[in-house]
Amino acid sequence: MDSTFIIEKSVVIVSVFAITMIFAMYSTWAERKVAAFLQDRVGPNRAGWGGLLQPLADGLKLFSKEEFFPNTPNKFLFIIGPGIAMSTALMTSAVIPWGDKLHLFGKDILLQATDIDVALLYIFGVISVGVYGIMIGGWASNNKFSLMGAVRAASQMVSYEVAMGLSMIALLMMTGTLSLKEISAQQSGMNWNVFYQPVSFLIFLICAFAETNRTPFDLAECESELIGGYHTEYSSMKMGFYLFAEYANMFISSAILSILFFGGYNYPGMEWMVENAGVNTANVIGMLALFTKICGFIFFYMWVRWTIPRFRYDQLMHLGWRILIPLAIINIMVTGVCILAFK
Amino acid sequence: MSTTIQNISLSGRKKEVSHKEMSFLESLYLVAIVKGLWITIRHFFRKKVTIHYPEQVRQMSPVYRGQHMLKRDEQGRENCTACGLCALSCPAEAITMKAAERKADEKHLYREEKYAEIYEINMLRCIFCGLCEEACPKDAIYLTTSKVLVPSNYEREDFIFGKDKLVMPLEMAMKNAQLKNAN
Repeated sequence: MDSTFIIEKSVVIVSVFAITMIFAMYSTWAERKVAAFLQDRVGPNRAGWGGLLQPLADGLKLFSKEEFFPNTPNKFLFIIGPGIAMSTALMTSAVIPWGDKLHLFGKDILLQATDIDVALLYIFGVISVGVYGIMIGGWASNNKFSLMGAVRAASQMVSYEVAMGLSMIALLMMTGTLSLKEISAQQSGMNWNVFYQPVSFLIFLICAFAETNRTPFDLAECESELIGGYHTEYSSMKMGFYLFAEYANMFISSAILSILFFGGYNYPGMEWMVENAGVNTANVIGMLALFTKICGFIFFYMWVRWTIPRFRYDQLMHLGWRILIPLAIINIMVTGVCILAFK
Repeated sequence: MSTTIQNISLSGRKKEVSHKEMSFLESLYLVAIVKGLWITIRHFFRKKVTIHYPEQVRQMSPVYRGQHMLKRDEQGRENCTACGLCALSCPAEAITMKAAERKADEKHLYREEKYAEIYEINMLRCIFCGLCEEACPKDAIYLTTSKVLVPSNYEREDFIFGKDKLVMPLEMAMKNAQLKNAN
């Protein structure tokens, strides 16, 4: 392993980390802005131009808050809960291809921390671990509301993972690979998977909302019933970590949605750009295209939050087990028949 | 008769609630969700109703009633004769006063022979209804359009405003007189 490889990967990893953090930070700002605009208000606009320094002010506030510990026998678990939530949220970004490649210093640099061929499985695995952050936090809080929130979150995430995985199988039957890089490459030239697998996309989208605990599936923290759900007892930056992890998850799931169904870094006319404007320019535009798609999905998350009211818990389970899972299985069968018939 | 009353819709938006079974398309909720998204996104581009407070100030109504003021006439003499009608009309019983007789050398200070030695309004009681202004026969007490109502304070005694805070400043009376002469 030569040193240039280590430097190259370190730079990519650090920038991926920084980008994820910045996106999560500014998602909090965007959430407040979008919420305000959808309600005919203007939102935060005092800290910096258009309120752009608001996330920094929020972070400063969270850091300087009193760190409160409830009377719990599990202090260690209480501390490690937000840590798990945050680290799982950040770990998924390792396999996401942010662009094709850049040609710098006489060598090709992959714009991806690591291109493993089980990337999709890896993401599903890490997301499943993410539920531990919420579960441990809710359990260690020694509070019935926190525990209720955690139990709800756990059963919700486990239920929707099934439908999510099944919706992916239909897609995998088409792509024939689990590597996100290859899935991106297959979609070049507007061959976006969403046109071939709209049902799969719909199921995945709904499940992504449930997995990230966003409205209309935010039963884990519904304030009208559970005060704050699993993070009721948390304060200071531990609370901040939970909120931050939610926004990081939102960013990552938007990225996965863009890559699996909306062509990733591909944009119309990319090949023409590679031939005429060089690899670097074409791929920088590709990265921008991916980020535009991600921002679009993040906006969609927020837009839905201020449109649809929260589900009741039995409705949530009904939707997950009795509608989405059968629909996903039918989708798999239809996809199988189509592959047999047309290929 | 009763049926006609039931069918009246004052807003014109009355909708009968129906309990019919949902069709398959309706039970998917997707159409309803898209409709909802359309409604919210229209609000996104609508004009915002927020008033950016310190920079923009809301236009006060022409009947706005603010801080009280005891007027002086064009020669700078106090109008108030301590008749007590304002205190009588005050529904919150916020006004108290003590009358005194004008001395010979005080003719330049008070317009009539009797004046208010003490005139106090308890700003914690006052409801800014303006009845004192209506009751006053001498045009003495007025509720100004000042946007500063009652400044915050630590002591309850500090909310009882005496003549030092209520009487119109002499310079303002002189200015008013000049303006009147100019016209």
